Amino acid sequence: MIQAIVFLPLLAAIVAGLGNRALGNTVAKAITTGALFVSCALSWPIFIDFLSGNAAAQVVPVLQWMKSDDFDVLWSLRVDTLTAVMLVVVTTVSALVHLYSWGYMAEDDSQPRFFAYLSLFTFAMLMLVTADNLVQMFFGWEGVGLASYLLIGFWYHKPSANAAAIKAFVVNRIGDFGFMLGIFGTFLVFGTVSIPEILAAAPGMAGSTMGFLGGRVDTMTLLCLLLFIGACGKSAQLGLHTWLPDAMEGPTPVSALIHAATMVTAGVFMVCRMSPMFEASHTAMTVVTIVGAATALFAATVGTTQTDIKRVIAYSTCSQLGYMFFAAGVGAYGAAMFHLFTHAFFKALLFLGAGSVIHAMHHEQDMRFYGGLRKSIPITFWAMTIGTLAITGVGVAGVFGFAGFYSKDAIIEAAFASGTQIGGIAFAVGVFAALLTSFYSWRLVFLTFFGTPRWAASEHIQHAVHGEHDAPSAEHGDSPHHDVHAPEGTAGYHPHESPWSMLVPLIALSLGAVFAGWVFQRPFLDAEGGAEFWKGSLFFDAHLMHEMHLVPTWVKLSATFAMLAGLLIAWWAYIRDTSVPARFAGTFRGLYAFLLNKWYFDELYNLIFVRPAFALGRLLWKKGDEGTIDRFGPNGAAALVAGTSRVSVRLQSGYVYTYAFVMLIGLAGAATWAIAG
Amino acid sequence: MNQLDFPILSIMLAVPMAAGIACLYLKDEGARWLALIATLVDLALGILLWATFDSSPGAPQWQFQEHVGVFGRFAWALGIDGIALMLIMLTLFLMPICILASWTSIEKRVPEYMAAFMLMEVLMVGTFAAQDLFLFYIFFEGGLIPMYLIIGIWGGANRIYASYKFFLYTLLGSVLMLIAMLWMANYAGTTDIPTLMQTDFPVEAQSWLWLAFFASFAVKVPMWPVHTWLPDAHVQAPTAGSVILAGVLLKLGGYGFIRFSLPMFPEASSALIWLILVLSGVAVVYTSLVALVQNDMKKLIAYSSVAHMAIVTIGLFAFNRQGLEGSMMVMLSHGLVSGALFMCVGVIYDRLHTREIARYGGLSNNMPRYALLFMLFTMASIGLPGTSGFVGEFLSLMGAWQVSSWATAVCTTGIILGACYMLYLYWRIAFGVSDKPDAAAMPDLNGRELISLGAIAAVVLWMGVYPESFLKPMRNDIGSLVARVDRAKPRFDPDFAVGKRRMPTAHAEGEAH
Repeated sequence: MIQAIVFLPLLAAIVAGLGNRALGNTVAKAITTGALFVSCALSWPIFIDFLSGNAAAQVVPVLQWMKSDDFDVLWSLRVDTLTAVMLVVVTTVSALVHLYSWGYMAEDDSQPRFFAYLSLFTFAMLMLVTADNLVQMFFGWEGVGLASYLLIGFWYHKPSANAAAIKAFVVNRIGDFGFMLGIFGTFLVFGTVSIPEILAAAPGMAGSTMGFLGGRVDTMTLLCLLLFIGACGKSAQLGLHTWLPDAMEGPTPVSALIHAATMVTAGVFMVCRMSPMFEASHTAMTVVTIVGAATALFAATVGTTQTDIKRVIAYSTCSQLGYMFFAAGVGAYGAAMFHLFTHAFFKALLFLGAGSVIHAMHHEQDMRFYGGLRKSIPITFWAMTIGTLAITGVGVAGVFGFAGFYSKDAIIEAAFASGTQIGGIAFAVGVFAALLTSFYSWRLVFLTFFGTPRWAASEHIQHAVHGEHDAPSAEHGDSPHHDVHAPEGTAGYHPHESPWSMLVPLIALSLGAVFAGWVFQRPFLDAEGGAEFWKGSLFFDAHLMHEMHLVPTWVKLSATFAMLAGLLIAWWAYIRDTSVPARFAGTFRGLYAFLLNKWYFDELYNLIFVRPAFALGRLLWKKGDEGTIDRFGPNGAAALVAGTSRVSVRLQSGYVYTYAFVMLIGLAGAATWAIAG
Repeated sequence: MNQLDFPILSIMLAVPMAAGIACLYLKDEGARWLALIATLVDLALGILLWATFDSSPGAPQWQFQEHVGVFGRFAWALGIDGIALMLIMLTLFLMPICILASWTSIEKRVPEYMAAFMLMEVLMVGTFAAQDLFLFYIFFEGGLIPMYLIIGIWGGANRIYASYKFFLYTLLGSVLMLIAMLWMANYAGTTDIPTLMQTDFPVEAQSWLWLAFFASFAVKVPMWPVHTWLPDAHVQAPTAGSVILAGVLLKLGGYGFIRFSLPMFPEASSALIWLILVLSGVAVVYTSLVALVQNDMKKLIAYSSVAHMAIVTIGLFAFNRQGLEGSMMVMLSHGLVSGALFMCVGVIYDRLHTREIARYGGLSNNMPRYALLFMLFTMASIGLPGTSGFVGEFLSLMGAWQVSSWATAVCTTGIILGACYMLYLYWRIAFGVSDKPDAAAMPDLNGRELISLGAIAAVVLWMGVYPESFLKPMRNDIGSLVARVDRAKPRFDPDFAVGKRRMPTAHAEGEAH
């Protein structure tokens, strides 16, 4: 059954991709979407079996892969609790995104290609989560990277989409560089790449040292940090996050599936999968906590100033991933996975909702040109509101809460309960980031759905109104807007609610955003229920989970207060008195510019990596190869031999004979030897 | 020993030889067909060879041996092990594809061109099959003559400079190697390669011999800084010439290291390993950066070849199984992938007659099949898991770590830089807007091109998903090589063995007493 879940999407991708125009849009879409719904339908029973405690972990071998001495890698599919959780997340969101894309991509020229890529992505992601060894995980890891590259650059005629696609691939490769070295080191230390064997032996390696780059370092710290570099790349953690906002160049369903719900959480999944290894290094855990907390804070601050609706959600994703990492860093892997699980639903919901808004607003993505949309697109409005309630963590303890209320609060409480200094800092950062999360999320809702329409200044809306309906798709995505203070008015444009193919996924995900936390909190988090549920598929610290439930009341309420404060500020600045944001930006000009320009990471990297690489390449080519090696090598030799500028003419007739002559001498020598002997 | 009743290796040499001579007496069309048929017959013989090759554990290392004394101690001695088998298969597989790639693009002196390729096939297969030192020398050095001719007669505008540069680099190495070979034959009293591989040469002499062979092999690989002939040779060579140059000729260097330098001079290999590590590390970073700024498609791929071959050299000198098997896989994969990439260049060069990257763009629109296959080969070149590129790269770097984590870390940056230049290339060729009318009017792959590239694509995926087919025949031979060099295994980066756990104090004291 697991084979069907994993390989159906691959089969669908191959058929739809190679069939392409021969199959036609509808057939290709039906095959891929159908395959995904079958996979999804097969995945839920597995998850439910694990929930009810009836299932045991199993490994299904498929084929020999690489074998070299002790290094023996099989293609195999592992199913345990952790995999089961990921299976339902991946197949459910993917199936819904496939369905959603029927509506969203209806006008696109290359629909079979799009659906083939989506299914290919799903296959790679499933290979990643079912991996029983690190190398297969790396296969999935790179496979999702490929699909992400292809989908970000799906509209390949746009230079910005190409640049974003390459950036995503290359930045991920920097992470993969660490991952690969991590695998090499792991194999050297443990003599195997099989995950269960590594995890069984990991505690025994705590405190040992190994040679690396000329020095001796703590084995487990080194290996964990190398693997963590990989996780940082894939999960867009601070430093390697720059590709994620640019990835929004891809079609919105892609952002929902890959850059919110599934692929970007692969890093968190990996850390949880390898959790017994991380537990063997205190230093590595500290680094994970710090990086996670820093990302949660950084991305949330940037999210408050962005105006592109997708970029706000992208930074929000980045920030939420930071939460998951610091949860893992303080040892609350169950909480990290729980947030991953709920986040998949509400973040996919927010992205698909944003897609629905963009669809309604004729590809306009700038929130400054939205406003007052709640009456025109009510279902989208409610879906987005539910998503926002979920991400900001609205709820009353002991009664009911939306999904994020259980998972995010658990992370914040776990950080406090860990009792370490770093945990304390992570707790404070988590609470403050929760305030920012609430602020930017509600800001998004208020700017989009409330107030008066500001559509008139949008170029996209102008195009739509003036009948240039099917303008070349070059205008997908954001085009430059110079007018910051948009005049109000609808310009006579009437936004329409999206078709049902798009609304059904929104409704389905809304259910997840409302109930996922409340229904599943016990198995994921509970001190006793958790150990039983996870069955050792990740390092489950029952003691920490127990402590978490005993934190002081002010700690429990802090996240809720932060959420309310953020909501209040957003309401004040974007509904009550809309001049506040401009005045704030005017007063704190430097801070505003710093945040608006995303802490200048792109500019910095461009300055210290990208431009020097090209300059160095040119220098080595012109001054190294041509100016030094050739000059003193072959060209110099030629000048010596011939002493004339007509060297090539002379050599043209002569060199083959010279060469043959040398060979002849050789043969003569050989013959002499042979006869003499 | 020979599993078959007939001297299959000699026949594999005789078929293209006869066809090559016959080509000279035929018209253009006849020469093309004869060359294609001859290469396909050889490929069929190769498949038979592979099918009957015994790779079970304990099988003899040398199979299909033939031995006919010529005069004195000089003999027509052929025979293969698994390593040679795989490289012969690579040659045989690429040859018909080369003929197809030249089908219409070569217009002048077709019979001579086909004859040159037939001779090339004879000499390449002969190099891998030769078991006599001087027979090897003839094939090895002789193989370059048809290559000079292919570049010098059917090459581009600047072909003379390119072939002369190729010649100058090669000359020095071949003289030194010849002297070393004569010395070795004299010392050991035999020219039988299998015997020489078991001979323990005096340690003092080994370094000189190693360096003499190195001078020849490093040029062929090519290693930095003797690589500058390669971009020029590729740029000027016709498409099929580039395919065979990248696919097979570059493998001669790696084959030389694995057949001569390592088993014959293990101590010297170990003592001089720093040279390999430094040159490989520099090559990866240096040539990748240079590849990034190229405007000429062929030059870009040529520079990427140098970077990939550096992974081969670092893996070969890892002195362990992963490194050696990985290097062999990189060689096979690089032969296929860079050959395919040069063909991808050739396909559009045939249509537009320029290699300048900026003259293309948006080819995904009018050439979707081409774009798909080009993407596959790009990804294989980058080393995406699931393609052939990954298996070798991963294994050889993994093996290399056990020798030097520094060199491995430096060489592994190749996966980042490789992605940069290949994806940048792909963007400029296949993505973007079709704003050049002549490029936008190019037709998609024709049947001949589709078959050639499709065949390579199938093998690239096969090798990526189930590399066992290719690793298995080499397993015994690499095992005996590892055993042979084990005594000289270098250990100079801090001891790689994992340090012991810090023992509880009481326990440690207990041991001390």
